Amino acid sequence: MLLVPYVTGHLSEHFGDDSYGTLKGYERLGGYQAARRALTKMSPDEVIEVVKDSGLQGRGGAGFPTGVKWGFMPKNTDQPKYLVCNADESEPGSFKDRILMERGPHAVLEGILIAAWAMGARTTFIYIRGEYGFPADQMERAVAEAYAAGYLGARAMKSRFDHDVVIQRGAGAYICGEETGLLESLEGKKGQPRKKPPFPAQYGAFGMPTTVNNVETFAHVPHILARGAEWFRSLGTEKSPGTTIFGVSGHVTRPGLYELPLGTPLREIVYEHAGGPPEGRTVKGVIPGGMSMPILPADQLDVPMANEFLRERKTMLGTGGIMVMDDTTCMVRVASVVTYFFRDESCGQCTQCREGTGWLDKIVNRIERGAGVPEDLETLLDVAGKMEGQTICAFADAAAWPVQGLLRHFRGDFEEHIRRKKCPFSGSFEL
Amino acid sequence: MVISAKTRSGIDAEIARYPVKRGAMLPALHLVQKQLGHISPDATRELAEIFELRPAQVMEVVSFYNMFYDTPQPRHHVYVCTNLPCSLRGARMLLKQVESHLGIAAGEATADGRIGLGHEECLGACAYAPMMRVDGTYHEDLDAEKAKRILDSLD
Ligand SMILES: Cc1cc2nc3c(=O)[nH]c(=O)nc-3n(C[C@H](O)[C@H](O)[C@H](O)COP(=O)(O)O)c2cc1C
Ligand code: SF4
Ligand code: FES
Repeated sequence: MLLVPYVTGHLSEHFGDDSYGTLKGYERLGGYQAARRALTKMSPDEVIEVVKDSGLQGRGGAGFPTGVKWGFMPKNTDQPKYLVCNADESEPGSFKDRILMERGPHAVLEGILIAAWAMGARTTFIYIRGEYGFPADQMERAVAEAYAAGYLGARAMKSRFDHDVVIQRGAGAYICGEETGLLESLEGKKGQPRKKPPFPAQYGAFGMPTTVNNVETFAHVPHILARGAEWFRSLGTEKSPGTTIFGVSGHVTRPGLYELPLGTPLREIVYEHAGGPPEGRTVKGVIPGGMSMPILPADQLDVPMANEFLRERKTMLGTGGIMVMDDTTCMVRVASVVTYFFRDESCGQCTQCREGTGWLDKIVNRIERGAGVPEDLETLLDVAGKMEGQTICAFADAAAWPVQGLLRHFRGDFEEHIRRKKCPFSGSFEL
Repeated sequence: MVISAKTRSGIDAEIARYPVKRGAMLPALHLVQKQLGHISPDATRELAEIFELRPAQVMEVVSFYNMFYDTPQPRHHVYVCTNLPCSLRGARMLLKQVESHLGIAAGEATADGRIGLGHEECLGACAYAPMMRVDGTYHEDLDAEKAKRILDSLD
């Protein structure tokens, strides 16, 4: 099956065309012109200005303004500077970076080259999750083609800029997606996140100034340079410009990828694009941005998919991985899948995280089995509350939020479980 | 020496790409595992020597990552994704069907050493669920029949 988006925009419009993945096909459609212009006709600062003006925000989950982040890199330094492409995509519900690398590896690479020029980075490390064998093969092939064409290496694109790209394959650890866990892993160590500060722009890969960006963030960059910041701002909302590739999964008739402007109402994505729930069912809840983001109940689906609106509803865009659950779904079971995942993936450095994820999982499973007591719900909220804002990285928050969200909107499911001492939803997905 | 000359030259090529030797550790472990099927104690010692580390430092890395194995492995690894999007589309049922077809539980291997079965967290195929990863390959949009056919075709 050809995995291409159902609704496309500038990132994905050529994903149905196999040749787009090759250098020749990519260039035939205008590829590498933006990089050529940047490297030969624009100063690094001019490039950063355009990206700042575009309002592009990182697509790796935190939504930090990309141009601002690029501006943090020290300018007058003798140290080599590095760029890292975060292709560890492991947030459950997310699969856009995979498709970007499989179908459009040269667009990612062109974005990397432009970013490297803007920040004066000597080398880019692309860190790809170990399970992504085919996406990594595609990126490797694209890198080889770019070297052969003289677009990478010494005097890239006949400019005075030297740039190398190194691909590293990860080996199966969710926490390596957190940027400093990634840097540790890249250095050949356990992927345990670092204390911040110092931030990567001061002390990053191999101790050198480093910027980390997500795959999709890079893929937007050539389009922004080619068509201008104004054009990018004409898409999306005032505070969240541009498109993103939403991945829709779960109980919908057309699960898949949809590139749409930020601010598109969640309801439109779930019903009009992804076809809504199966015949005879209704939507019960939707996780809007990957497993770390709190769930929304069915009566809040009118929310536009942009952080300024999602935050008002105590959730976030995250990676844009939309998971839809219909009325057969038991939210206690959902919670048990969530807590199992976070307990399993905690790197164990921080007590609050290690112990907290263990407790959340234990209590949720007790409730699931029918052995819960009414006080368990307060204990869950108490444990989750103590995990927030206390740890080396945001993983602990990401583990606490979804449990808080489930209790905020579906407390009844938990109470029913405790009262009846069993799952009240006979048709729910099995565990 | 258990690390072959070919693997060794691959490791050296990786080392040349990093500003610090140790940066090539994960690539080196992938190469060794490709050759030997797992990271044996002898391989660990040789890697430690190459990277100028203590064997315990190499072992620590091996044990941190799910995809590195420190014991001999079955010929094939089959992982069924059981994270939420896959579970919503029947992954747990599929896993049970695969377990009964192979006569083993997740976490076990067939007695002939042909297939090891496990469940895995989200593999980035959520819209094409349920799915399983067989060695390096994704099989998506599965049902029990398709899964059995794939399993039966493994050598
Ligand atoms: C637990 C955790 C896991 C993360 N996983 C990823 C990931 O797989 N891919 C990604 O791009 N960012 C991930 N991030 C966010 C990164 O730390 C970082 O913010 C991002 O790569 C920066 O790129 P951007 O500014 O382009 O979004 C993760 C963060 C946390 C706390
Ligand atoms: S918050 Fe959790 S995952 Fe992050 S560093 Fe601490 S223990 Fe590790
Ligand atoms: S949940 Fe199975 S691939 Fe994402």
